[in-house]
Amino acid sequence: MTTSGPLTDDGLVQLLTPTGERVDHPDYTPRVAHLDDEALRGLWRDMVLVRRFDTEATALQRQGELGLWAQCLGQEAAQVGSGRALAPQDYVFPSYREHGVAHTRGLDLTELLRLFRGVDHGGWDPTDVNFHLYTLVIGSHTLHATGYAMGVQRDGAVGTGDPGRDTAVVTYFGDGATAQGDVNEALVFAAVNNAPLVLFCQNNQWAISEPTTRQARVPLAARGPGFGVPSVRVDGNDVLACYAVTAEALERARSGGGPTLVEAFTYRMGAHTTSDDPSRYRSAAEEDYWRQRDPIDRLTTYLTATGALTDAFRAEVEAEADALGERTRTFVRALGRPETSTMFEHVYATPHAVVDAERAWFEQYEASFAGGEQR
Amino acid sequence: MTTQRMTFAKAINTGLRKALEHDPKVMLMGEDIGALGGVFRVTDGLAKDFGGDRVVDTPLAESGIVGTAIGLALRGYRPVCEIQFDGFIFPAFDQITTQLSKMHYRSRGRLNLPVVIRVPYGGGIGAVEHHSESPEVLFAHTAGLRVVSPSDPQDAFTMIQQAIASPDPVMFFEPKGRYWEKGDVDTDADPLAAASTLDGARVLRSGTDVTLVAHGPTVATALKVADAAASEGRSVEVVDLRTISPLDTTAVAESVRRTGRCVVVHEAPVLYGTGAEVAARITEECFYHLEAPVLRVGGFHTPYPVAKLEHEYLPGLDRVLDAVDRVLAH
Ligand SMILES: Cc1ncc(C[n+]2csc(CCOP(=O)(O)OP(=O)(O)O)c2C)c(N)n1
Ligand SMILES: [Mg+2]
Repeated sequence: MTTSGPLTDDGLVQLLTPTGERVDHPDYTPRVAHLDDEALRGLWRDMVLVRRFDTEATALQRQGELGLWAQCLGQEAAQVGSGRALAPQDYVFPSYREHGVAHTRGLDLTELLRLFRGVDHGGWDPTDVNFHLYTLVIGSHTLHATGYAMGVQRDGAVGTGDPGRDTAVVTYFGDGATAQGDVNEALVFAAVNNAPLVLFCQNNQWAISEPTTRQARVPLAARGPGFGVPSVRVDGNDVLACYAVTAEALERARSGGGPTLVEAFTYRMGAHTTSDDPSRYRSAAEEDYWRQRDPIDRLTTYLTATGALTDAFRAEVEAEADALGERTRTFVRALGRPETSTMFEHVYATPHAVVDAERAWFEQYEASFAGGEQR
Repeated sequence: MTTQRMTFAKAINTGLRKALEHDPKVMLMGEDIGALGGVFRVTDGLAKDFGGDRVVDTPLAESGIVGTAIGLALRGYRPVCEIQFDGFIFPAFDQITTQLSKMHYRSRGRLNLPVVIRVPYGGGIGAVEHHSESPEVLFAHTAGLRVVSPSDPQDAFTMIQQAIASPDPVMFFEPKGRYWEKGDVDTDADPLAAASTLDGARVLRSGTDVTLVAHGPTVATALKVADAAASEGRSVEVVDLRTISPLDTTAVAESVRRTGRCVVVHEAPVLYGTGAEVAARITEECFYHLEAPVLRVGGFHTPYPVAKLEHEYLPGLDRVLDAVDRVLAH
């Protein structure tokens, strides 16, 4: 751990230490005071289920059932903590690794797999759960989130004081993304419009093979003030702290206080994707170090010590995770190849003569083989 | 019917005003479009009448303009973005081609992005570099975008309203060299009831010897060519494409079947241009009606040249007439 630069642990908000001790923070302890044992068990359950799903999806990729998988392994606390701070009317613009957030939005995790199976470019109706489609072009969606938040403002859904109406928008992106023009433009547009936006950066220390030191020479959160955007650095492996800082940022957004940049300092414990080989660019020692700081373990330790995590509850969640794994395998294997003609669907919302003509030609071409096959 | 004589720029302004009045979700965004009214004054007076939340002076960042417009559209708004000049659209190229064009498709029709991007384009105005280009085919090559260009005030007035009403993203190319030309505009006409939609070409001048295909700024040139040719006893039919995507080759082919000859003219470079596409499709659709190869007249494969040379670069009356002579010589 360095003491300066983008990988420092300086100034991280923390409520739960890596060894599972509960510590206080003058600003953020009150933000989690209402979380009772049941709520804390809920966060633990979320993280365990997401990890099981993630492991299952990785295995399915290895078996050739998925073309690719991007693990969120190690980032469960950042995703579940922030996601559980959201209200139903809030809207999320994820990048492509936010499976934990998807789960907190109520999206059935299996729906995420259509994209990685290669049967859909999206896979779910974003407006059902206020969770936009994954975006693979790094940083592009942060501007969509900003525009959406500008729309929320125009709808008068900010600063009314009505907790069922006031709406915040959250966008997730990585450390690598912070170098993109679009992310910087999102900060500019959000700032000058005072948009109800939370820019949630998961600094997992790697952008494929490039460490965060290739993206910045200061902690990423230090960029916020230059844009006029309040910023906070949080221990991204501490689910309580992630919940607390997100809750604060959401409150600021919903009440009309404008955007916040959150940097959740975490670690990508797995490979970038199933196509990646981290042994080419990082050490086993580093991976070990972070394995000791596993976000689930520290909550397990804490809740076991307080007695909140009973054996019965653990067994219940274990069974639930097994069922999810089973359901995931069945779901993926049942996802058939889409009809070829669907390639031509929804290119435009209204008819387009060129697409229509090409589709008609192609269907007639395909049909011309139908007789031949029988002979 | 209220017919008013107005400039091309005023016709778009009037169309934008109608759209803002008609639908509270319509909003304009761009650089200097508020108090200044845009560098070409196309949005003159609109910020004053509709307020800064609906006619938005944005930060100076094109990707940001289009990217936030996408987000606004996802929230139910109908943003109309102004890109200040053709040559400055490229910072937004990523958002337009990877995001705007594909959202409907990748959401399997669940999401629509009714976003219009207005682009003053084309040359002939004596400008410094990056202010005279014609990048329309770069967008026509991307599925999911509609790419249109009006050529006269009436069409500009109608088409801008049709573009805003479209559930698809529309790239709206405005021939900036024609902004100050005047025409009669029926401002009462309902754009959605208009005979011409955003999808079709139109025959602007009937003729029997050659079909001359143009769009945007070169339509006026084509009409002048038809006049000049007529004085030499040659009858030129002028087809205004109006839309590059979709491309209405049915209308062009229908004309070429009668004339047997075709010349396509545009300011954009000839290499891989609209003319190449029209020529290929016409050859395929009416090969046996053709008396001569389809010829293209347009910009050269050079960067847009310095202002003092632009009239040699642009397809003017003489070069188009020359092409007409050449197809007739066959
Ligand atoms: C514009 C763009 N450039 C390159 C890529 C290829 N790419 C995919 S993920 C990635 C690294 C992203 O790193 P980061 O933003 O830190 O997110 P993480 O993957 O760590 O979650 C790269 C370079 C891309 N998807 N988009
Ligand atoms: Mg990263």
